[in-house]
Amino acid sequence: MILRRNPVMSAIALIANFCCIALLYLLLQAQLLAVLQIVIYTGAIMVLVIFVIMLLNLGDEERLTERYDLKKIVGAVIVFGFLLEMLYLFVFSDFSEGPALHSDATNIGTVENIGRALFGKFLLPFEVTSLLLLAAIIGAVILAKRKI
Amino acid sequence: MEVPLQYYLFLSAIMFAIGVAGVLTRRNAIVVFMCIELMLNSVNLTLIAYSSFLGDVTGQVLVFFVMAVAAAEAAVGLAIVIALFRNKQTINIDEINILKW
Amino acid sequence: MVTIPTMAYELVGYAVFLPLIGFIFNGLFGRKIKSELLVGTIGSASVGIGFVIAGAIFFEMLAAPVHDRVHVVQLVPWIKAGTLSVNVAYQVDQLSILMMLIVTGIGFLIHIYSIGYMHGDPGFWRFFAYLNLFIFAMLNLVMADNFLLLFLGWEGVGLCSYLLIGFWYDRKFEKGTTGDAAKKAFIVNRIGDFGFLIGMFLLFETFGSLEFQTVFLQASAFPERTPVLTWMTLALFLGATGKSAQIPLFTWLPDAMAGPTPVSALIHAATMVTAGVYMVARCSVLFALAPTTMLVVAIIGASTALFAATIGLVQNDIKKVLAYSTISQLGYMFLGLGVGAFAAGLFHVLTHAFFKALLFLGSGAVIHALHDEQDIQKMGGLKSHLPVTSRTFLIGAVAIAGIPPLSGFFSKDEILWKTFSLGYGSLWIIGFIGAALTAFYMFRLYSLTFEGEKRWGHDKHPHEAPLFMTIPLMVLAALSIIGGFVGIPKSLGGGNAIEHWLEPVFEHANEKLAIAGHAAESTEYLLMVLSVAVAVTGILFARRWYATRSEVPQQLSNRFSGLYTLLWNKWYVDELYDATVVNPTVKSSEKLLWRVIDIHAIDWCVNGIARLLGWISRTTRVVQTGVAQNYVFVFILGVVVIIGWIIGK
Repeated sequence: MILRRNPVMSAIALIANFCCIALLYLLLQAQLLAVLQIVIYTGAIMVLVIFVIMLLNLGDEERLTERYDLKKIVGAVIVFGFLLEMLYLFVFSDFSEGPALHSDATNIGTVENIGRALFGKFLLPFEVTSLLLLAAIIGAVILAKRKI
Repeated sequence: MEVPLQYYLFLSAIMFAIGVAGVLTRRNAIVVFMCIELMLNSVNLTLIAYSSFLGDVTGQVLVFFVMAVAAAEAAVGLAIVIALFRNKQTINIDEINILKW
Repeated sequence: MVTIPTMAYELVGYAVFLPLIGFIFNGLFGRKIKSELLVGTIGSASVGIGFVIAGAIFFEMLAAPVHDRVHVVQLVPWIKAGTLSVNVAYQVDQLSILMMLIVTGIGFLIHIYSIGYMHGDPGFWRFFAYLNLFIFAMLNLVMADNFLLLFLGWEGVGLCSYLLIGFWYDRKFEKGTTGDAAKKAFIVNRIGDFGFLIGMFLLFETFGSLEFQTVFLQASAFPERTPVLTWMTLALFLGATGKSAQIPLFTWLPDAMAGPTPVSALIHAATMVTAGVYMVARCSVLFALAPTTMLVVAIIGASTALFAATIGLVQNDIKKVLAYSTISQLGYMFLGLGVGAFAAGLFHVLTHAFFKALLFLGSGAVIHALHDEQDIQKMGGLKSHLPVTSRTFLIGAVAIAGIPPLSGFFSKDEILWKTFSLGYGSLWIIGFIGAALTAFYMFRLYSLTFEGEKRWGHDKHPHEAPLFMTIPLMVLAALSIIGGFVGIPKSLGGGNAIEHWLEPVFEHANEKLAIAGHAAESTEYLLMVLSVAVAVTGILFARRWYATRSEVPQQLSNRFSGLYTLLWNKWYVDELYDATVVNPTVKSSEKLLWRVIDIHAIDWCVNGIARLLGWISRTTRVVQTGVAQNYVFVFILGVVVIIGWIIGK
């Protein structure tokens, strides 16, 4: 995704990525969230992104200006270093003794259980999030208007 | 055969690194935004992995909220991009530096 | 020691604060009040009422038994800081009531006089406001029951002196303006105040309190000749020399003549300059315990008396002569204090207040009559034109010369007698010569001003002063005549009432000094006769030379021209001070303190900090590029470093 020149191709690659992650969630017995991942991320956010790309009528990023400047090199180096660190940890870690999937994991990820948590212990953040969404709506509308 | 926890964590880390690379190297603002979403997803994966392995529902609830916030952020961020494009006719990040000294 | 105040004592607070109210009223509204009479009345009444209250207290004191005459009236607590505790409280005892009577009485008369003298002046209201403020400060000074309140009054009178000397602030005066003279007075006073402060610090250090009664009670238990007491009293005396114009801090008083004549009469003759005498007398116990300081006081007093008299011999400005005469008479007062005759010194304060105020007010009438002419060489023959003035002036001159039975004789003679009988023979001689010179220059002044031929031009039409001015003159003349009778010494049959009145105040001091009995009375008579004889001789010579044979002084001054120039230039003391103290201070302030320290060091530091901050800002703001990716870059860099560090551990 990050190497594609055409932003639409990048978006499609990201959609595929999201679907894979949803499958991973299912593997982890998080049913509700898998579905939510597809609905919210691929269904809403990526659609929004593609809309904006089409709205702004972006072309490919020009090859001319795609020079290998200092920023790119340094950025690439740093990420490479980061990956090396991860690799190191991966290689030299012990895979025999790891925690196992929790016995109750199946029941945790159900709709009912998450619903109970949301309306029980996490009621306040839940309500506050509605305010947040309200603010986002207003902000998005005002920012994108042609004339205020 | 179960997938050990570490595999999930490493996948998450690698996804995060890819997202960082994208943020640092790409010049298109929307692509940068998509890479940020990728980073958010990697964190979500970590949270859910831990939640399943520890048996605590808190992780999944947190992911729920992260998704909600990501959606809101997406809306507002893209609105900003539209407004920027209208003003400067470009979404090349290198050229959007009006917040400097 | 604090008893329940009886009626009269209670009013002492009102007496002190009424002039302050007068000051505020006249200061705020005086400009708008068109009637001079109203402003003058308010000013005079506030002091007059004070005088009445003082009189009431005095009579109540007279009626009370001797041991019951001291009262402390506390108004409000003032400072309570650690061990230091002073209150706004007034100690009413024999000494302070005497001073209060002088201040309010003479003050009242001079206020009345000023209504006439300052008539037509645009700053009339300002004058009365300042005068009232002065009376307030002076009353605080003499009535205070602790050193700090005394010092408040001390500084207050210094301030008022400055304000009043420079009253006509844009007038020329000698080499500068009146403002310069006022500044000089204030600054020289300040040097004395520094000594006073050091004395106060030592006082507090030694006795732990600043209240009179506490300090003096403790002091009476002290042994003699403790070093700290000597230093303390010397420092206090330095303050007194500043305020009372003794050597070495007397140079401001002649310059203070730049102010209006009532100011000279009130402040620089009767009240402010006697503050130093009062202070030393109040601290008599402390001084008695430091014989070295007493000797210093006596020597300085005597030498100042002679020194100032020599300068007064040849001055030609009528007020200058009187100024030097004041310095000289103050010297006598300190001589009296220095030898241990505290009551005699204060007696001279009383009589001097009468006749010196009279002389100054009289000279004011002359100046007023001749339209601001002050040079006596341009006067003469005014006797017929100013009858009241010339007669009262004559009475004042006779009083100061020390001719019995006028007041000056009794007080001055008491001092000289005590000096002699307590063994200070050499100081007696100095005082004796000074007395001769006093009589001489006083009558030189009188003759040149009022007798002989007219030396003033035809454009002047001298007329007698208005009633407002002549009535105080007459009252003061009467007081100069009879004022001495409160102190008739035993040898002449009197009971020396004033000495008895003040005895309880100086009880402790007299114990320390162990005043020996008098020498033989016959010696006293002899000395009296001597002083009267020499005074009469001086008078006769002066009148002869200046009224009739005016060529003699001219010949004398030509023959002794060197001495004459020295005296006429006031022994070049001012020039000496200028060269050694004033100019170096001014130069070093300008060159060193201002140029180097102020501009270079301090400004450089302050500006340097600003420059430093600017430099830091300029270098750090480069970080803000505005490109979001840069920020992410730094962020991730930090993350990588931290993870690497954690792995490494």
